[in-house]
Formats: sequence, C-alpha cells, structure tokens
Amino acid sequence: MRVYVAGIGLAAPGLAGWQASRAVLAGSSPYEPVPIVINPCELLPPAERRRASMTVKLGLAVGEEGFLNAGIDAATTATVFTSSGGDGENIHRICEALVTPERQISPTRFHNSVHNAPAGYWSIATHSREASTSLAGHDASFAAGLLDAAAQVAVDGLPVALIAHDSPYFEPLHSLRTIAEPFGVALVLTPAPGPHDVAVLDISFVGTPAAPATMQDPGLEALRCGVPAARSLPLLAAIARAGEEALVIPFLGQNHLHVRVNPGN
Amino acid sequence: MQALTISHFSIANSLGVGAAAQLDAMRTRRSGLAPCRFETVTLNTFVGEAAGLDDAPVRADLAQFDCRNNRLAQICLEADGFAAAVAAARERYGAARIGVFLGTSTSGILSTEQAYRHRDPERGTLPADFCYAGTHSNFSVADFARRYLRLDGPALVVSSACSSTAKVFGHARRMIAAGVCDAAVVGGVDTLCLTTLYGFDSLGLVARAPCRPFDAGRDGISLGDGAGFALLENTAAAPRGAARLLGVGESCDAYHMSAPHPEGLGAQMAMRRALEAAGLQPADIGYINLHGTATPANDAGEDRAVCAIFGTGTPASSTKGATGHLLGAAGITEAIFSILALQNGFLPGGLNTQDRDPALSCNYLLDNRAAEVRAVLSNSFGFGGSNCSLVLGAAH
Repeated sequence: MRVYVAGIGLAAPGLAGWQASRAVLAGSSPYEPVPIVINPCELLPPAERRRASMTVKLGLAVGEEGFLNAGIDAATTATVFTSSGGDGENIHRICEALVTPERQISPTRFHNSVHNAPAGYWSIATHSREASTSLAGHDASFAAGLLDAAAQVAVDGLPVALIAHDSPYFEPLHSLRTIAEPFGVALVLTPAPGPHDVAVLDISFVGTPAAPATMQDPGLEALRCGVPAARSLPLLAAIARAGEEALVIPFLGQNHLHVRVNPGN
Repeated sequence: MQALTISHFSIANSLGVGAAAQLDAMRTRRSGLAPCRFETVTLNTFVGEAAGLDDAPVRADLAQFDCRNNRLAQICLEADGFAAAVAAARERYGAARIGVFLGTSTSGILSTEQAYRHRDPERGTLPADFCYAGTHSNFSVADFARRYLRLDGPALVVSSACSSTAKVFGHARRMIAAGVCDAAVVGGVDTLCLTTLYGFDSLGLVARAPCRPFDAGRDGISLGDGAGFALLENTAAAPRGAARLLGVGESCDAYHMSAPHPEGLGAQMAMRRALEAAGLQPADIGYINLHGTATPANDAGEDRAVCAIFGTGTPASSTKGATGHLLGAAGITEAIFSILALQNGFLPGGLNTQDRDPALSCNYLLDNRAAEVRAVLSNSFGFGGSNCSLVLGAAH
C-alpha cells in the first residue's frame, strides 16, 4: 500500500515538534531528553478546553502540528487514533474513587475515561464529522494504527491522519504497565502526491517474524522500547534522513510491517 | 463496497448462549434484565448479567487472560461451533491471512477495580497475581481471541465506546479490500464493571426500572454483559440465505463528548454513508435496529435522524429492552439480532416500552411482526460522538 506523508506532528521528551526534531532524528544533532510542555488546544471551546486531560492535549497538539505542516483541512479528513491504554491518570482516579464507600465518579472523569476521548475532542476542535476510529494494540498500537490508516488511504482513496499517543500511568499501575514517557506522533497520509510531502511509504503486512529496526542513540532507543507510540521512531528517523530505506516495525509475535521509505519533495 | 459474507457468527449475553437461545428470547419476548445483584454494586437498577461466568475460567494455557471479559469471550467463541468454523477457515486461508478486529469499551477493567481494593497497605502496590496486559489492557480481548483461535493475521481492538463493535466491520472491510487479509474475525465483548455502572449513574443516565426505549417516560439505560463474533469472508458466491455485510457508514458528531447532536446530524451521515456503500435507497431497508438506549436525548436525536432519511414508515425497534445496553458489544449483538430477523422472517418488537413517546415519529414496533425483508440497517452511536451504521442482507 502506497501512502504519501504530507505532514508530521511530534511531541516527546527532547522532540518538541517535527521540524525541531529532524536533525536529532537524522542523527546529526545530539538527543537531549528535556521534558515536554503541551499547551491547551486553542481550537477547543472553553468548556472542553477546561475538561481536556493531558492525554487529550497531547493527541490534539501533534494532530494540529501535522495538519499545519501538511496544509490539509482537518475538518474534511478522517482520523485513526491509536494508544495502548488511553488516559492512565484518569483510570487511576476512577479506580481510587471506586474503593471509597461513596463511589462518586465525576461526569467529566467518566466521559474522559473512554478510549476515544481524544478523538471526540479532536472532532469538536476541528469540526470534523469525518470517520474516526480509536485503536489499541498494547505494544503493537503504532503498527496497528499505521496498517489501518494505510489500508483506509489505499481502499477509500482519501487522506487519513494517524495520531498515536501514549502517556505514563500513575502508581500503582505504572509498575505493572510502564509507559516510560509521554509520546505523541501524527502522520497525515494521502493517496496522491502533494506539495508538502516529506516521504512516500510502501507499507505491507508480512506474516512472519522479523527483527525490528532500532535507534542508534541509546536515549532514543530507550524511548522506542519504553513507549508503544515511540515504536514509530525508526520510521520518523528514516523520513528525517530523507534517503531510500526499508525497515521493519514489529506487529505481533508472528508478524511485522515492512515499510519502504522514499523521500518526498 | 464489495459485499462480504458473514459465514458464521456466535453470541452470548443475559438471554443465553448461542443463536437458538437468542431467537427463542426474541420470539417469546423474553428480557434478560433483572434487579442488579452484580458484584458489590448497590445501585437501584436492572442489569442483563450473563450466567455462569464465575465457574468458567479461560483455557489453562491462556490463564494470564483470565478475567470476566475474556471468560465471556471464550464462552462465545465456543458457542454454535464458531471456533471450529474459524479453524476450518484457518486451514483454507492460512493463519496469517485471517485478521482479528474486535471491539470493547472497558475491556477487563473490573480486574483493576478489584485489585485496587487489595493494595498493599504500606506500599500501595497491587496484588502480585494481577496481570494488566491480560485483563485491563484494551487489547486484551483481541490478544486472547487470536491466541485462542491460533490466528497470526493483523489484530487490533477498536475502542470507540458504544460504536466499537459496529466499527470493526469497517476495519475488516478495509483490510480485506486492501488485500491484507482474506477473512476476518470481528465482534467483541463488554462486561459489567463498576466504572460504567457508577459512571453512567453520575451522569443521571441509569434507569431504575428495566430500560424503556422510545417510551414517553423513558429515564435511562440498563447495562449488561454481551459478546458476539462473526467470521467475514470475501466470497463472491454465498449459499442462499447466508448473511451479507452490504454497507458500513461512519461519522463523528463534532458536538459534545457525552451528549448526542440534537438533530442527529452525525447519525444521519453514518446512515447515508452505509446506504451509499450498499448501493441501496432508504426504501430498500425493511427494518432498522435502533441504537435506542432509552435516554431522553439519545432516542430523540436518533428519531430525528432516522425520520430525516427514512420518513416515518420503516419498521424500527431497539433490542436493548431485552439485553440492556451492551456498550462496546452493542454493535455486534444488534448486527446478529438483525441477521436473525432477516433469516427467520420476523421483526423484533421492543420490550418494556408501554407508551410510545408522541414526540417521536419513527415506526417503533411494540410487538413482533412477521415480515420477509431484503435488507436491514443497524445503528450504533457512542460517547465522543462516534457513529456507525451497518447495512446487512441475505444472499439470494
């Protein structure tokens, strides 16, 4: 399946936006993992902006950046959100409330508890009524999202934005499901070449195991291993290097995605 | 879109296990809702609890997946020979050519809720035998099912609240059309948990009596356990009477996180797109299985959306009076009810509804009706404004 990457959004420690991160990802600047700061989404109405959690803000921030870079209208573009576990802080607070005698959950906590909360806020922020899905694949969440988004672009012939995001859980869940850092990435994918393309991808699902592409920098490799959404890093690095490469993104135990990366414009 | 054959399906919920139990309940107008005795819940409400889950651990080699949600998944996978049918398909296509696209809203979060009651008093840690990945993780049910069925194709979970297991049909359609797989296991599971019971209660949306969709006095939802699976195959020729997926339509409301658009604009878009994908006109649809949750706002928005497209004549009903709202499992459950209606020549009347709301205009059925219909539409709408409509038919 061939897709064109019209724009990328990125937010992670030491990777503050796509343009600012290209040199680090390409290996020409050192990686310095400074904590990320995510601003509230200005596109949301005030009530929703107040209710938006860190997880929601992260997804919206990378989505917004991806569309700005792509020069495509978000209001008419379908989306694929993918995340291992959604909003870990919110789940923790709900489980804490449920052990109290009152079992009082706030309505906002409850509606933020759905896995598709970022997708819901996104559609409100961008006024997009286009199709949107919210996926989970545990450690394979990024591969699941990339495959699904690529299939959608290929079959329906329309642009699709993939937004992958993960945030750390609070203790005590953090010890059992360790998401090392917050990480968000958006890839705006189109079926035809466009003026802003940064890469052309040929993506295929292969039903055999293969060794994953890794990151050379130990800090970036730790990020790749520590966050499901950061399994995107080797792909982002290949796009940043702007050469011709092929790489393996593991999916589940017995299969993987094979991605051929070619430069865009 | 290229129609897909639904060659096998299985279903389990408070009405029973397997198609015969569901069909019997539909024909005799039996509801699975009963006063809530679930877990430690003290809410005054009715729920549709599936029987026998306490005594049905998952297969020993998959013990790390043992939780209420996956127990119901296993019961359903074994119902009506579904696992055997998938095994035969695996022989035909190869394990890597069958995708697993399942939906859930809350997965096995009940296990986490219970683990939080047993935190170490000093360190706050969770019990050592608690397995997050196998239970609470959103992917758990797909990971369990693909291992149970020994499939190596692409697998993912769709978690878009109450549209989840309708949307899985769309994922299967795309993956099959893209050539990624030849067949797909779709469906999913949602089971009762404290998060949804107390969460919906906090929104004032839980009914005290069994839910009454489209009733003038409707006052909220009843919750329930539910699972359903379907095997989708890309076969040009299907045996006469075999169920077919004809169209899928998806949209967002772009309106509010937990309230539907008052005019049902997103819902209209999903229904129009499903009809368009099927190449059918509104008049071709002989029955609409409504989302019909029985909250005042949901039913009102859906009624406006349905009437805007179909007018007021097309027979319609919600089957949630029988099962309760199965949240992430509502889509597959109601798709299967729609198939059973198609294949058995009758339309199920809604349960519990006494006085049809005069403010609502669609042709809401209060009794079963004998009818041979060519195609049916099933609606699933969820939190976050996530909408999905399916058009289903039977092979001629």
